[in-house]
Amino acid sequence: MSETVKFTIDGKEFTAPKGQYIVDAAADNGVYIPVLCHMRDLTPSGSCRICTVKVNGRHMAACTTPVEEDMAIENSSDELLDIRKAIVEMLFVEGNHFCPSCEKSGTCDLQALGYKYQMMVPRFPYAFERRELEASTPKIFLEKNRCIFCKRCVRLIKDDQGRNIFAFKGRGKTLEINMDKKLATHMSEESAMKAMEICPVGAILRKEVGFVEPIGTRKYDNKPIGSDIEINHQ
Amino acid sequence: MFIKHITGNLIKLSFMKEKIISIIGKFGKNSGRLMDILIEVQSEFGCVSEEAVTIIASELGISEADVVQTRSFYHFFTEKPLGKYAVYLNNSVVSGFFGMDEVVDEFENQTGIKFGGTSPDGLVSLKFTACIGMSDQEPAALINSVVFTNLNREKVRQIVADMRAGKPVEDMFSDYGDGNNAHPLVKSMVKNNIRKAGPVTLGDYTLGTGLSKAMEKTSDSVIQEVRDSNLRGRGGAGFPTGLKWTFCAREQGDRYVLCNADEGEPGTFKDRVLLTERAHMMFEGMVIAGYAIGAKEGILYLRAEYHYLKEFMAHVLEDMRNKNLLGNNILGKGFNFDIRVQFGAGAYVCGEESALIESSEGKRGEPRNRPPFPVQKGYNNKPTIINNVETFCSVVKIIENGGEWYRKMGTEESSGTKLLSISGDCQNPGVYEVEWGMTINEMLKMVGAENVQAVQVAGPSGFTVPPSQFNRKIAIEDLATGGSMIVIGNHRNIIKDVVYNFMEFFEDESCGSCVTCRSFNMILTKQIKKFIEGRAIKSDIDNIKAWGEIMRKTSRCGLGQTSANPVSSTIDNFRELYENRAKELDYQSDFDIEKSIIESCEAVGREPNIHE
Repeated sequence: MSETVKFTIDGKEFTAPKGQYIVDAAADNGVYIPVLCHMRDLTPSGSCRICTVKVNGRHMAACTTPVEEDMAIENSSDELLDIRKAIVEMLFVEGNHFCPSCEKSGTCDLQALGYKYQMMVPRFPYAFERRELEASTPKIFLEKNRCIFCKRCVRLIKDDQGRNIFAFKGRGKTLEINMDKKLATHMSEESAMKAMEICPVGAILRKEVGFVEPIGTRKYDNKPIGSDIEINHQ
Repeated sequence: MFIKHITGNLIKLSFMKEKIISIIGKFGKNSGRLMDILIEVQSEFGCVSEEAVTIIASELGISEADVVQTRSFYHFFTEKPLGKYAVYLNNSVVSGFFGMDEVVDEFENQTGIKFGGTSPDGLVSLKFTACIGMSDQEPAALINSVVFTNLNREKVRQIVADMRAGKPVEDMFSDYGDGNNAHPLVKSMVKNNIRKAGPVTLGDYTLGTGLSKAMEKTSDSVIQEVRDSNLRGRGGAGFPTGLKWTFCAREQGDRYVLCNADEGEPGTFKDRVLLTERAHMMFEGMVIAGYAIGAKEGILYLRAEYHYLKEFMAHVLEDMRNKNLLGNNILGKGFNFDIRVQFGAGAYVCGEESALIESSEGKRGEPRNRPPFPVQKGYNNKPTIINNVETFCSVVKIIENGGEWYRKMGTEESSGTKLLSISGDCQNPGVYEVEWGMTINEMLKMVGAENVQAVQVAGPSGFTVPPSQFNRKIAIEDLATGGSMIVIGNHRNIIKDVVYNFMEFFEDESCGSCVTCRSFNMILTKQIKKFIEGRAIKSDIDNIKAWGEIMRKTSRCGLGQTSANPVSSTIDNFRELYENRAKELDYQSDFDIEKSIIESCEAVGREPNIHE
C-alpha cells in the first residue's frame, strides 16, 4: 500500500496517497479545482494554468504538483478566483469562441467555466487572431481558432503505430494546433470520436455527427461544471 | 520531380531523398537527433521543405506533424527556401540604439526588397533575429552564419555589392578580431572587448591543472569543494552549484553533464568570450563535473548564433582528447567521459534548462513541468546537471585554488567574481570580470557612462533600475544578473525603444505552450503600443501592471514569470513616462472603424464614408 499524506485545502484537512497530483487528490476528497488541460492518468501538460492554487504561499499548478505531507493548499481565495476568471477571459479573447453556433456549446468546458466564474465581458482586448481551418480529412474538422492549447489530443491520439496525429506548429504568437493529414485520413472511427470527446472546446469536431445532443440534455445544461465532483462527496 | 537547390539549380527529388537518408544515417536513424538532422537539411537545401519533411518522417518512423512541430519552433529553420545569402539582422534594443534603422533602410534600398522577404532572383533574404550576442558591437547581423558587426550604410552597400559579385561570405572581409577570433578555424571579425580580467574566469589558466587536482580527490570531495566555495549558477537563477551536483550524484543510473551555452538574454555576450578564449577551461569544468557526479557523457548546447565557432569547438575537443583530458581513461585514472556539441536553431526559451533538454532530444524547446527536476529526470530521462559556461569555468579555478580562496571574493551570499556584459550608452562596452558586490554607480564609472537615465539589469527579464537606486549592489541578494547590463542614456525613449522592444521579443520567444505566457505577452505588447501611439488612457497603467502580475503568478517557467518585468519595473520606477502618454478619459474604444472597413470597401469598390 502506498503511503498516505495529510494536507489541507482552505483549512480543511484531507488525506491522499503520497505523490498524487493535487487536482486529483482534491477531487477524490470532493473538492473541485477547475481544469482544462488535465485528464486523470494522462501525463500532465500543465499548460492551461486554470488549476493554479497556492501551496504553502506559492502559486503552483495543481495538475503538476504532487501532494506532500502537511501541505497547506489555498483553492478559493478571491485572488485565485480572479486569476481563474482572468484566464477564462483571456482564452475567450485570444481565440474565436462564438458559442451560439458551436457544436460543443453545452458540453464545452471553457464555456462552462465562463458561466461558473460569471464572465460578463472580458477585461482584455480581443486579439482577432485568424488561423486556417483544416477540413480536408474525411472524419475530422479542425477549427484552430477555438483551440486552447491543452494538448489533450497531442498526448492521447495516436495511430496504430503509435505515431502522433496531432502536434503543435510554431511558437509564441504563431502557435497553432496541427493535424497530420496523412495519418488523420486513416483514423479509425473510434479514434476520431475520442479526439472530439477529449477536446475541452470545439476545436476538434467529428464530421457528420454535429448537434446530436438536443438543448436541455447537454452535459452542462442542468449541472454546472465541477458539480459531479462536489456532489459525490458531500 | 525536381526541387530547387540552394545553389539555384534544380535537383531531382530522388537525389534529395538520397542525401537526406544519408544525413539521417549519420545520426543513427535516431529521432532524438532530429535537431541535428534538420540543421543539416536546412544547410544543404536552404530550407526544410514539405518534401524533406515527408522523407524525414518516414525514415524516422514518426509523424510528419512531429517533424513540422520541431521545424516550426526554431527561428533558423524555414519551410520556404532562403536566398543564396540569408541576412539575419539583430533587432535587439542595443542594435536599435546604434543605427539599426539606417542599416535596415540601406539593405532594403540596395536589394529592392523588404525585411521578411527574399529577392525574386533568389540572391538574398532579409530577416530580423533576436539578440545574437554582439551587443558590444552593434548593429550586427548573421549572413549565412557568418557574423558582421558594427554595420553602417557604407558597409551594407559593400556587402550587397559583394553578394551581386557572388563572393563567398567569408571572403567579404579580412580584418579579423583579436585573440582566437583570428584563429584559422574561426576567422571572424568579432572582437572580444575584454575590458577587465579578474582572477577566476579571465585570469591565468593552465590547461589540466584543475582536472588533475580533482582526480586526486574522491568525487565526493570534489563536490564538497564546490559546495565550500558557495558558487551559485552563473546563468542568472543563482542555484547553488554544489547542491545541484549533490542531488544528481544521489540518483541512480547513467548521468549526464550539460553545458548551457544558449546565451540568449538580450545584452549578454560574456559566454561568447569564454567560448572563444576559454573553451578548454569550460570543457575541463565539464569533465570535472562528470567525474564528480559519475557521468560518462556531456553535451555542450551551443546556440545557433555561435555557429561560427563550430570548427573551433571540434578542434578544442580533439586537442583535449589528444592530451588525455577527455575520452577514454582520462589521465590514466580509468575515468571515461566524452562531450558532443548540440547546436540549437534559434529559440531564446531553450536557455531554460528543461527546454534545453527537450531541444537536445530533438523536440520543440518547451519547458517541462517540475517535478521531476533535471537532476532526477533530465536528458533522456536520466539524472542530469545543467550549468552555465561561466559556472563550469569557475569550477576549474575553485578546484585549483580551493573553495576557501573563492569564497573570500564577492559578498557573503554571492561569492566569487561575475562576468558582466556591459553595453548601451557607455564609452567602453565589453566584458568585465568583477567581484560581486559592486554598485551600479561604480559600474557606470568603470565603463565611462554619463547622463544615464536607467540601467537595464539582467536583460529584458530583469529590471529597469533608475538613478535613485544606483547605489544598489550587483549581487544575487540585491540586483541579481546573469550578466546582461544595458546602459540607457538620458536621450532614449524608454517605452518605445526599450519596453516595446522587450515585449515584442517575449511575444516572439514564448514557447506558447502555457497559455498565460503566450497570451499575456501578446496582450501587454498591444497595450504598450497604445502608449506609444497615444491611444492609452490612465486606467491602462494599473491594468497592465495587474495583468502582468497574473502572468507572473500563473506561468510555468521563468520566461512567463519574468516577462512582465519590463512593464512592471518601468511603471514602478518611471511612472511619469506612462502618465504623460495617457489620456484623462474613462473609456476609449480600441475599435477603429476606418481600418475595419478597408477590406469590405475594397471588395465593393467604394470609398469609405464615415460620419463622426
